[in-house]
Amino acid sequence: MRFADRTGGVLTAVRGVNLRVRDGEVVCLIGPSGCGKSTLLNIGSGLTTPSEGTAFVDGREVAGPNAQVAFMLQKDLLLPWRTVVENVMFGVEIQHVPLPERRRRAHQLLQKFSLAEFSGHYPHQLSGGMRQRVALARTLAVDPHVLLLDEPFSAVDAQTRIVLQRDLARTLTENGKTALLITHDLLEAVTLSDRVLVMSRRPGVIIEEIVIDMPLRADPIARRTDPKVNEYVTRLMDRLDIAHTSLERQSVGGAT
Amino acid sequence: MNGASRSSPISTGTVASLILLVLFLAAWQWGPGLLGVPSFIVPPLSMVGSEFVHAWQFDHLLLHTGVTIAEVLAGFVLGSLLGASIGYLLGMSPTAELALSPYILALQIAPKVAFAPLFILWMGFTVYPKILVAILIVFFPVMVNVLTAVRTVDPDLINLARAFKATRAQIFWKIEFPTSMPPMFAGLRIGATLAVVGVVVGELVGGNVGLGYLLTFGEGQANTPLVFVSIIMLTVVGSIAYFAVILVERHVLHYLPQRTAMDRNI
Repeated sequence: MRFADRTGGVLTAVRGVNLRVRDGEVVCLIGPSGCGKSTLLNIGSGLTTPSEGTAFVDGREVAGPNAQVAFMLQKDLLLPWRTVVENVMFGVEIQHVPLPERRRRAHQLLQKFSLAEFSGHYPHQLSGGMRQRVALARTLAVDPHVLLLDEPFSAVDAQTRIVLQRDLARTLTENGKTALLITHDLLEAVTLSDRVLVMSRRPGVIIEEIVIDMPLRADPIARRTDPKVNEYVTRLMDRLDIAHTSLERQSVGGAT
Repeated sequence: MNGASRSSPISTGTVASLILLVLFLAAWQWGPGLLGVPSFIVPPLSMVGSEFVHAWQFDHLLLHTGVTIAEVLAGFVLGSLLGASIGYLLGMSPTAELALSPYILALQIAPKVAFAPLFILWMGFTVYPKILVAILIVFFPVMVNVLTAVRTVDPDLINLARAFKATRAQIFWKIEFPTSMPPMFAGLRIGATLAVVGVVVGELVGGNVGLGYLLTFGEGQANTPLVFVSIIMLTVVGSIAYFAVILVERHVLHYLPQRTAMDRNI
């Protein structure tokens, strides 16, 4: 994937990346800032067309945004003029799902994420963690097969993050969803996923695949207490060369 | 929000405002006399009050006010609609904005009230030139605010809608249009007060009806109290326009947390 940069040159974000996520699998992508992780998600969701190569979802080539894929970002992107329940219905509304069905799905999800009593509230009345849960409910409301998550919990505090991770892990397992998750949090990568893919600096390529051989993918809190977690985290740190990375090099590339 | 703690500073503020009003009115009534200012320069409050009654009875004050209100309303509504429409169009078409922006900028810099004599030449001593000046003057703040709002919509929001397979029309009606509401109302507030300026200048330049006309009529007769009455009525008309916008705004933007004391008091 190449982009024209501001000076008229060409910026290669990712090159020769070949990754496959099996049905019902949760895969984490980690790598330094600016290595093209978000570009991969944008290609997967059909928002960006790759300059070379193709993406497939459910065996069909991705030619543009499609209903099987939903994405969620670090920003909750809730619409301030919509109540919680209206925000959850945003995606299904765009897809012309009939109103009673929209309502049913939204209320079911709000119930599940213990947000039912806030369904009439506006986003500014909610805490950051609750807003992110509403965003997750909105993503799930369209009933996608594949979830593309770009650092979904990096803006919330540590405790809320653990709760949100648990909510996500449960939902993914219960509904057999497939997910590709970008994160900078190594512990999050290890506790939530079946496999972790490590990417190099730009132009990003996948330099390592680590299969997380641990039980209880639906319960990241239990996984945290597993001693094997430390082994994986150490291995990831080692592979990312975190101990020897200077900050200037990390900050190159800006937003991911 | 929570009654007791919030209400006391507001009521203190209200009391202070009322005291200021009383002081001001008292200074107006007795100040000129004490300072030896003649009443044809600054007529005391009571003189302006009796002139108001006189103008109401013999100078068709109500008619003049009504005509001015109608012109302000027409100019404001048409100017806002035009400004918002052009703002959305330019916001969605960068090419159009690029092509038109120098002309729009030139027109924005030109003092709109200077067009009043020209419009009167074109359309005579009717209400239309006044409305046209108001349209022109209201157009810009509304258009610029809407244009900026459409341009600065978070691209991630657009991408979110696109990922849900939203059509261009859906992106406009569900994202861009509602996002532009708060800045548009900021433009409408400015427009509401500017509409009065536009109409008055039109009336000052030519015509035989409206508060602007009454103002020049009073001036011609060296009737200072009538000039004061006209100015006060114009302020009342402007206030009505401004608060009407605020009322609609509070209804439309009910989802925003209220920010300032101005917002709460109104």
